[in-house]
Amino acid sequence: MNASSNPFSPAAYELKKQRGMKIAHWTTGAIAVALLLPVAWLLWMITVRAWPALSWDYITTDVRSMGAEGGIWGPLIGTFYLTLMCLIIVAPIGVLAGIYINEYAPDNALTRSIMVAVTSLAGVPSIVHALFGLGAFVATMHMKTGMLTAAMTLSVMTLPVIITSTKEALSAVPKNFREACWNLGASKWQTIRTIVLPNSFGGILTGVILVIARAAGETAPIMFLGAVLWVPIAKSGAERLAPYGINDQFMALSNHLNLICKDIPGMSDQMMFGSAFILLVLILSINGAASVVRSRLRRRKRW
Amino acid sequence: MEQAPSVDVRDFSLWYGNFQALLSVSAAFKPGIITGLIGPSGCGKTTLLRSFNRINERYGNVKTTGNITILGKNILDTDVSIASLRKRVGMVFQRPNPLPISIYENIVFGVKSHTPGRERKRSAMDQMVESALREVSLWDSVKDDLQRKATELTLEQQQKLCIARLLPLKPDIILMDEPCSALDANGIERIEELITELKSRFTIIMVTHNMAQARRASDECIFMLMGEIVEHCPTKEMFFNPKNEKTAMYIEGRYG
Repeated sequence: MNASSNPFSPAAYELKKQRGMKIAHWTTGAIAVALLLPVAWLLWMITVRAWPALSWDYITTDVRSMGAEGGIWGPLIGTFYLTLMCLIIVAPIGVLAGIYINEYAPDNALTRSIMVAVTSLAGVPSIVHALFGLGAFVATMHMKTGMLTAAMTLSVMTLPVIITSTKEALSAVPKNFREACWNLGASKWQTIRTIVLPNSFGGILTGVILVIARAAGETAPIMFLGAVLWVPIAKSGAERLAPYGINDQFMALSNHLNLICKDIPGMSDQMMFGSAFILLVLILSINGAASVVRSRLRRRKRW
Repeated sequence: MEQAPSVDVRDFSLWYGNFQALLSVSAAFKPGIITGLIGPSGCGKTTLLRSFNRINERYGNVKTTGNITILGKNILDTDVSIASLRKRVGMVFQRPNPLPISIYENIVFGVKSHTPGRERKRSAMDQMVESALREVSLWDSVKDDLQRKATELTLEQQQKLCIARLLPLKPDIILMDEPCSALDANGIERIEELITELKSRFTIIMVTHNMAQARRASDECIFMLMGEIVEHCPTKEMFFNPKNEKTAMYIEGRYG
């Protein structure tokens, strides 16, 4: 055979296929990059319009003239406590339920119906959760509308997120680690406590942080349950850091934004976008923290 | 007269990142026989096999030096089309990997990838499917339901199908990476028979972990250790009269 001939030169059809390959590469790439556009636009628009309103005062002073003159401390601290309470309620329940479903539950009709229930719960619109909260906690259990009932309603709503992410995180721990544990005589619970949980911590934490972002951002579930446009809060002292009682009506950022945009006439753009900006920054930084934690913990894993 | 080698490896080295998996390996593989690659885990036999159709390259951290000459051309040259190369150098994997489509489509998949739509003829493809399946003696058991999903077949049938789907491309060389290790004893016997039937028309290079299989099924054997070729000779010679002490120890099961 002639040394210069190439038995592996590309066929004509292959060159044609390469064009197709390039087109596919560029089309999918362009669409993926185009996704950045709405995000960048939204951030830019909100930031530019909010800019004149933003200052340290804007964040740390009380709501003045129903928000027309700025001040966002009440709603901000309200959102903080609401989210914290929601987390205290939902995290243990969700994580324990996730552990049961992934580690203990046999594959039977009951387990499957639990999973169906969890997925359906995730699909329920948030306004329906609000009505459920009102009906169950206030009308039936005779609790007062306020921070606690609002947090409980948010907990019901975010439960599926925690259960699902816990279940996923646990099932990502390889089976041979469990087998090694059982083989050395460890009980099921010892295995879960010493090997499975520590190694799925990152995934569980991600679920928890996503719940925080979700709870902080929702409006519908809290607006019938004690979130209001304005309540007087303490002007100074320690009470300024904890202005609401557990059954009190309260202010929250998401609801504040909703109400000042639609119910207060003559509200200036900068005040509306100012609240939107603060809410957005809050939620984006929580989500950002989630991905930092996740990548840190993933880097630590070695299997 | 000595036949020209069908795969000629010269001073071939391969690195995964900083780890050198093959250390300046040279070997000539003859056509029309089965060459077995043996050696303990991590010796580089699978890496060497996978270099022959450049399937290692998918992993971004692979670097190579040296030559691998197939059909008179160094396949590491930049003007080699990977698709044309793989058409001539087919591979059978350790675990049967039929595509999750019908038996029929599995067989014609390769040809379709190399033929423009308007040149594909239904009758020609029907013919191809039948003759490929007959060659691996699968035709009689699947001919009534060629539209069945290939992943529903037994493992042995799946592995036969994986061999059959190479045939319509008319390869010169077939690489086999432990083709029987997922099968039971009967399956192993029948796949080995099949490989032996095919060998006169192809160059077959087979990695195996199983000493007995290397002895039964191969004509020449290459013993590798730590990324180097220790011994390359006719299988009978290697098993009855190994020259290197390491080879002897490995074959007798005292090492590796």
